[in-house]
Amino acid sequence: MPSIQVENLYKVFGRRADEAVRALLSEDGSADAVPGTTAAVVDASFDVRSGEIFVVMGLSGSGKSTLIRMLNGILPVTHGRVYLDDVEITAMSARQIRDMRKRRMSMVFQHFALFPHRTVLQNAAYGLQIQGLGKEERLERAQRALSMVGLDGWEDRLPEQLSGGMQQRVGLARALAADTDVLLMDEAFSALDPLIRREMQDQLLALQQQLGKTIVFITHDLNEAMRLGDRIAVMRRGRIVQIGTAEAILTAPADPYVSEFVRDVDRARVLTARSVMDKPLHAVPSSASPDEALRLMRQQHVPTVLVVDAVGAPAGAVQETDANEAVRNGRSTVQSVQRPVTSVPADTAVSELFTAASGPLPLAVVDERGTLIGVVHQSALLAALGEVEHAPDRTGSEEDR
Amino acid sequence: MRAVPAVTDWEVPRIPLGDWFSELVAWLQDNLGELFDAISEGLESSVTSLADLLTWAPTWVMILVFALLALWLRGWKFGLAALIGFALLDGLNSYGSAMETLSLVLLAGIVAVIVAVPLGILGARSDTASRMIKPVMDFLQTVPQFIYLIPAVIFFGIGVGPGVVATVMFALAPGVRLTELGIRQVDREMVEAGEAFGSSPARILTGIQIPLAMPSIMAGVNQIIMLSLSMVVIAGMVGTPGLGADVFEATTRLQLGAGFEYGVSVVILAIYLDRITASLSAKSAVSRARRLAGAA
Repeated sequence: MPSIQVENLYKVFGRRADEAVRALLSEDGSADAVPGTTAAVVDASFDVRSGEIFVVMGLSGSGKSTLIRMLNGILPVTHGRVYLDDVEITAMSARQIRDMRKRRMSMVFQHFALFPHRTVLQNAAYGLQIQGLGKEERLERAQRALSMVGLDGWEDRLPEQLSGGMQQRVGLARALAADTDVLLMDEAFSALDPLIRREMQDQLLALQQQLGKTIVFITHDLNEAMRLGDRIAVMRRGRIVQIGTAEAILTAPADPYVSEFVRDVDRARVLTARSVMDKPLHAVPSSASPDEALRLMRQQHVPTVLVVDAVGAPAGAVQETDANEAVRNGRSTVQSVQRPVTSVPADTAVSELFTAASGPLPLAVVDERGTLIGVVHQSALLAALGEVEHAPDRTGSEEDR
Repeated sequence: MRAVPAVTDWEVPRIPLGDWFSELVAWLQDNLGELFDAISEGLESSVTSLADLLTWAPTWVMILVFALLALWLRGWKFGLAALIGFALLDGLNSYGSAMETLSLVLLAGIVAVIVAVPLGILGARSDTASRMIKPVMDFLQTVPQFIYLIPAVIFFGIGVGPGVVATVMFALAPGVRLTELGIRQVDREMVEAGEAFGSSPARILTGIQIPLAMPSIMAGVNQIIMLSLSMVVIAGMVGTPGLGADVFEATTRLQLGAGFEYGVSVVILAIYLDRITASLSAKSAVSRARRLAGAA
């Protein structure tokens, strides 16, 4: 079930905003149709599933911060609808929206937005205070949230006494303490230096394992998007140009802009065994004769075939030379000449496959139940790293505004 | 042939702005005279009782109180300076007048703060209100000080009433401006954080915006007090008691020595009030939190 649903969302700034939206709706017109207006978000539609990290990625000025502020109603929408679990947020009264924010959605900010006149503990307890909790309970829950992000012992300090990374942990703790099921994170790690940023990403992923929140994460950093996002929406000039998993965006970019964008991504870390494996399976059952194995090799022009057991799990691999020898020696099944083979789960990153694929034998790719679903030859590994579907379009790489 | 009318002869006709204004004042006086009288009496008795309170204890006790307040708020140097300053006031025989002036400043200052801070908040929250308030504040701040005294005298007679009213009008502007500025300067993300956790606008105002704008608001209070002092002295021209009346008398009689003495008295009071209110503005929410957290 989708948790947040966004339908044809528009945000236009300026006096004649409605006029501009009408112009944008009528023809696939340009955003500059009505002078004096700025279209920040144009026709955005997407679902955020319950329990996933949904990343919105785009350069500065692409409208992503505007978009996230419409999800919790801090910015009113110009046109379109936002639903939270089938309840329309865009139709709520101011009081209902405040109530929704208290109970359902909290937010983490780019520059932390901690209150300088409150201690770390009081900051973390802010959401609970607004919810109307008694002092003792809210401080206790804030304390728990602080230890969750590793800030035990800092409760009575002021935000200004903490480093940037620690301040953002307080920001995260404040959002976690409010105990909402949706978490909005607006460039939450962008103001931190790279090492701390990575640490925070790891921490977020670890917390997410535990808590399973629905997270909308805004970033301009593609590597961050690929690391964190279950799914990623790429924004450009207010429009969402592609939504998909990191792999889908990497292997099948929707347009030249996206492919230009993903050029510098470390593909080996994003692509998984599933996306590089060969799927017409070159496998024979353990009971097959060496002749059958050789026939399959000749048919498929491969030097090796995999052997699967009765339940479909990989049992080993047979090489051409071994199979020929087995025929000469009059063996009845391939089982006697098969060599052990390494099996890897389908979601293993390609970077890890390199170490696994040390010998001459291919890798067996298995699903969650251990069934063989594909095979990765070493040649496929190398090919995956160089693969670019769209030729980079230099003319399409102008400044994004 | 007809004569061509000489263009150079034409001029803007006399606009009787002054007449309109005096008509308006006369109308107000006819219709609201009793109200103005009541206000005037109220102000008079407030100032009198405040001044009585300040002169109730023996002078040397009050001097010590002022010095201790200075010591507490700013340290021993200023405490000592206050002690010497107020002793000097007494030595110049102007202690009583100074207390009357102080009462006027406090009363006018309090009224001005009560009016200015809400106006500043309104201006910070609504651009329309801000656009309407701004020219009024420009007007109040730039009209020569003496002009306030004329309608004030007409409405409130002579004495304390016109002095306080004219002072409030004159001192209002910086309080409004600095309050609005302070609230507008609170980081947008900070306000959004309040909104994102479901705070009501009133709660954001009292819990986030006003505490964080406090240094600016207190700078406005400081300005209000200083402008009040300068206006209260000028109000001596319309019979408002205190140092102003003394200064005015010395001026009209060309008494050089007395004028100098009263002038020095005003300066002592001004420095004292300025330093005291300035140190109040340093006691903002953030610095209080710092003290509690044991930081510098």
